[in-house]
Amino acid sequence: MTSPEPRLVEVRKNILKQNDLTARALRTRFRGAGVFVVSLVSSPGSGKTTFLEKTLTSLRPRYRVAALVGDLATENDATRLARSQAPVKQIITGTLCHLEAAMVEKAVAEAEWNLNDLDFLFIENVGNLVCPSSYDLGEDLRMVLLSVTEGEDKPLKYPTIFNSADVAVITKNDLAAAVEFDSKAALRNIQAVRPGMKVFQVSAKTGAGLDDYLQFLAQRLTELRSTTSV
Amino acid sequence: MHELSIAMSIIDVVSEEATRRKARVDAVHLKVGVLSGVVADALQFSYEMACQDTPLQGSRLVIEEVPIVVYCSRCQAERTLDSMQLFCCPACGTPSGDLRHGKELEVVALEIQ
Repeated sequence: MTSPEPRLVEVRKNILKQNDLTARALRTRFRGAGVFVVSLVSSPGSGKTTFLEKTLTSLRPRYRVAALVGDLATENDATRLARSQAPVKQIITGTLCHLEAAMVEKAVAEAEWNLNDLDFLFIENVGNLVCPSSYDLGEDLRMVLLSVTEGEDKPLKYPTIFNSADVAVITKNDLAAAVEFDSKAALRNIQAVRPGMKVFQVSAKTGAGLDDYLQFLAQRLTELRSTTSV
Repeated sequence: MHELSIAMSIIDVVSEEATRRKARVDAVHLKVGVLSGVVADALQFSYEMACQDTPLQGSRLVIEEVPIVVYCSRCQAERTLDSMQLFCCPACGTPSGDLRHGKELEVVALEIQ
């Protein structure tokens, strides 16, 4: 018996279909509950956790906030973020270099938070400028962080992650002069890979630049509520 | 390196399709956008590894890379970019973030028998 001739059949299947379906379901749930979800991506050491701690502390008097934080190992970041008094849940990814939607779904279930009781949920991704770019987590806003100590050309080296993000935050601005950070070049590079991208320049240490950023978040929450409420 | 996770997702998607069609898969054709965050070489390597001891062992991965295409509002046309470091229309220089292609990560065809 001869084996049949191979034939080419067309199939159109998104490879990350499962992740995208989970992310879509999460987004629907988050929006239904009126919670604005922000994810943070950056390289390791760019100040994500400090920036997030400051964000949680600043928002907490007026808003109900919570955070999920992803890391390969240790609960150190969750412990640091818990100082803000906000509910925090660590996601330990083991060897995985990024978060996936299913991990967010599981963490939200385990944390037993009532999403209706939240205004903002922050998701801190694993420190990595490559892998997180492919995975939708169901967030409304993706922020990419770039610290002044990393150099102005980071956006050109990692255009994919900058392109997948909605907003850029330049962190550790209190160190800008010391490391001779060329702010104009950084802004130019961000615009080159993501024209029209909104950029905030902040220092979590001195608080500089945080007001604009916090107002922006508040505005986005108002917009979300006005589009989801009947 | 998240290509191994991607390779495993490909195997899931393709196995489902192969079972449905009761077919053996010789090759999997993919479209991978330049901005998908996936490196073709690393994916080839990971796929081969991930296929071992599965019904897809020995199948080939045929990757078509999809360049970045943006819509230029000034030219009112889609333009292919030469560089992922400069999102400007190559014809008139107008910046554009209106992405039309380049993020694809999909199985487009199977060679089966």
